[in-house]
Amino acid sequence: MKVVFLGATKGMGRALARRLAERGDELFLLGRDLEALRGQAVDLRVCGAAGTVEAAHCDLEAPAGFPAALDAAAAGLGRFDAVVVTAGVFGTQAELEEDADLRRRLLTVDFTNTIDFCEQARTRLLEGGGGVLCVFSSVAGDRARKPVILYGAAKAGLSHYLDGLDVKYRSAGLRTVLVKPGFVRTEMTAGLDEPPFACGPETAAAAALAALDRGRPVAYVPSVWRYIMLAVGCLPRWLRRRMEF
Amino acid sequence: MSDVTLGQLSGWGRYPVVTGRQRWSEDLERATRGAVLSRGLGRSYGDASLPPPGDHVVAVTTRADRILAFDSVTGVVRVQAGVSLRRLNRLFWLRGWCPPSSPGTQSVTLGGMVASDVHGKSHHSEGCFGEHVVSLKMRVADGRILEVSDTAEPELFRATLGGMGLTGHILEVEFQMRPASSPWIFAESERYEDLDALIDALQNASRQWPYTVAWVDALSGGRARRGILERGRHADPSEAPASPPRPQREISLPFLLPDWVLSKTVMRPVNRAWYRARPRVRRGIVHPESFFYPLDALRHWHRAYGRRGFIQYQGLLPLRTDRSTCHRVFDIMERMQAAPFLCVLKDFRAEGKGQLSFPAKGLSIAVDMPVETGTQAVVDALNDLIAAEGGRIYLTKDALTRPEHYRAMDPRLDDWLRVRRAWDPRGLLSSAQAVRLFGDPSA
Repeated sequence: MKVVFLGATKGMGRALARRLAERGDELFLLGRDLEALRGQAVDLRVCGAAGTVEAAHCDLEAPAGFPAALDAAAAGLGRFDAVVVTAGVFGTQAELEEDADLRRRLLTVDFTNTIDFCEQARTRLLEGGGGVLCVFSSVAGDRARKPVILYGAAKAGLSHYLDGLDVKYRSAGLRTVLVKPGFVRTEMTAGLDEPPFACGPETAAAAALAALDRGRPVAYVPSVWRYIMLAVGCLPRWLRRRMEF
Repeated sequence: MSDVTLGQLSGWGRYPVVTGRQRWSEDLERATRGAVLSRGLGRSYGDASLPPPGDHVVAVTTRADRILAFDSVTGVVRVQAGVSLRRLNRLFWLRGWCPPSSPGTQSVTLGGMVASDVHGKSHHSEGCFGEHVVSLKMRVADGRILEVSDTAEPELFRATLGGMGLTGHILEVEFQMRPASSPWIFAESERYEDLDALIDALQNASRQWPYTVAWVDALSGGRARRGILERGRHADPSEAPASPPRPQREISLPFLLPDWVLSKTVMRPVNRAWYRARPRVRRGIVHPESFFYPLDALRHWHRAYGRRGFIQYQGLLPLRTDRSTCHRVFDIMERMQAAPFLCVLKDFRAEGKGQLSFPAKGLSIAVDMPVETGTQAVVDALNDLIAAEGGRIYLTKDALTRPEHYRAMDPRLDDWLRVRRAWDPRGLLSSAQAVRLFGDPSA
C-alpha cells in the first residue's frame, strides 16, 4: 500500500507508521518539523518500509500549504492508496478555558484545518479511483463530558464529517476509517490522571491497523470504549451534570 | 501542563519500593533536563534505577525509541537510549545482524545496556556490550550535551560504560552489530551430575561455542549439585528454517502469587523434575528467543515471588580461586537456609574497558532468592566470601550489599568516583543505589 501520513513522528502515529513499514508499505511523511520527519524516515526504513520514505513540510496551522504537500506526496509515491491523519492539538479543559489563543488554535487545527486537509486528500483519492482515508478523532467527540468539552467539540465535528464522507462516497470507492482512541499513554496525555482501560500507543496502533485493513468505518481503541461511550450516552442529564468523568 | 507522574517505583525484584516522580518524553533532551537519573525498562533488580530520597525527577527513556542510523555494510547502528533490545532484535534478525552481547531478557533498553555494561551467554567470546559501543551522546550534570567515545572525552566514556547512569544521562548509543549466519540457534544441552564436572564442561564448551551458560539445581542438597550445561551457535543457513523467527507468544502472570508458591517445599520437586525431564543430551535448532531469553515467555514472572519481592545475587569468583570456592557459595546458602530457586553459572573472559564493569576473568554465579528476614545476612555472608577471594558483585542485580563490602571488593571505585566528581562536582546525578553504596547524600 502507498500511504501519505500526516503525524508519523509521535505517539500513536509513530506506532502505526511503524506497523505499516514493517509489512513493507511505502510511506510518504508529512509534518511540521522536517528534521524530525527525516529522523523518523530512517527508523521506518529500518522497520522495512518500501522505497526511500520521503518527507515534505505540512503544517495543520497553515492550510495554504496543503496542496503543495499533497503534490509532493503524489510526486514521491506516484499515486497513493491511503491518507492517514494522526496529527492534532490537545489541551486540557482548564487550559482551554484559560488560554484563548490555545483554544482558537485547537479549534482551528482539530476541526477546520483537519477537515480542509481531508477534503483535499479525499478529492485526490477519488480522482485516482478511490482509496482509504484514515483519521484519528477521539472518544471525546462522542458525548460531552466535563474534562473534554472544547477538545471534544472539535473532535465531534471531525467525527461527524468523516461519518458523512462514508455515507456519501463509499460507493465511489472512498473507504473512511474513523479511529476513536480512548486514553492512550503518549506525549499528549503525559501527566494526566489515567482512567481505567488506558493503553499504550502500540495497542492503539494495532487496533487502528486492523480497522484500516478491514475497512471498518469506525474503530474504538481499545474496543471496550465503544461500550463505555454507549453507557455514557444512556446516562440521564442530571447524572452527567454531577459526574466528573 | 505537568508531564511528571508520581508513583511507586521498583526494580525487577520489586524490592525495594520507593515513591518517585517520573518524566516521560519522546524528547530525551527535554526529559533529562534537571533529572537526577535516567531509567529505562526498570529491569535492574534492586535499587539501581530508583531515585535517591527527596524531591527528584527520574527521566524515563522508553518513549525515545527511534533507530537513528543504520549502515548495512558495516553493521553500525545508532539508536535513542530508549530503544528496547526486543525491538532491535526483531528488526535486525531479519537482516542478518544480531546484538554483540545480550543479557537474559529482551526487556532492556540500549541505554540501560550501556549503564549496566551488560554481559550474556557470549561474554567469553565477545565480552561486554560496552566493548562494542562506538560512541555515546550524553547530557552531563552541568546540562551540556556531549558526544563521547574512545577519542572524545575517553575518561568519561569509560566511566559511563557500567557507570549505572551516574556519570550523565545517556541519550543516544552508537554500536557495532555482529553479522550472523542465521538468527536461529543450534543448541545443545547436557546434564551433569555434579558441580565440578559441570564447571569443567562449561569452561571446555567456551573454547568452541560462542554461547554458553550453566544452570545449577541448588535445592537438591548434598555435595553433588547437579546441573545442565547449555551451549549454542548460530545455525547454518542450510540447517535453519527458511523463514525468520516470528516473535514468540508471551503469556502474562497477571497478579502476585502467594508467597508459599516459590518456597523450597514446592520448588525442590519442580527443580528436580526440570532436571529429570531433560534427556542427558539434547540438541537441535531452537528459536533465538527461547535460547537467549527463556524467562521472557512469562511476562511479569517476578510476580511469582509474591508481595515480599526477591533479590538476585550475582558475584564473580576470580579465575585463580579454587573450585571449592564455588562449593562454599552453595554451602553458605544451604547453611543459612536460603532458598536459591534459580542459579546460573557463566564463565567470563578478561575485564573490558568499562571502568566499573562487573565481569572479569573468572566464574560468575547468580542466584535468585525471595526477600525474607534472613536474606540480608545471606548477602553479607556471601559478600564476606567474595571479598576475601578478590571477587566482586554486579551492581545491576544488587539491593542489599553494604558499602564497606563494596569498597573492599572493588579497588577501581575511587578512580571512578574521581571521574564522576569531576563531571558532576555538585552531585546533581544520583540514585538510591549510589546513596546506599557510594556515600551520596540521602536528601
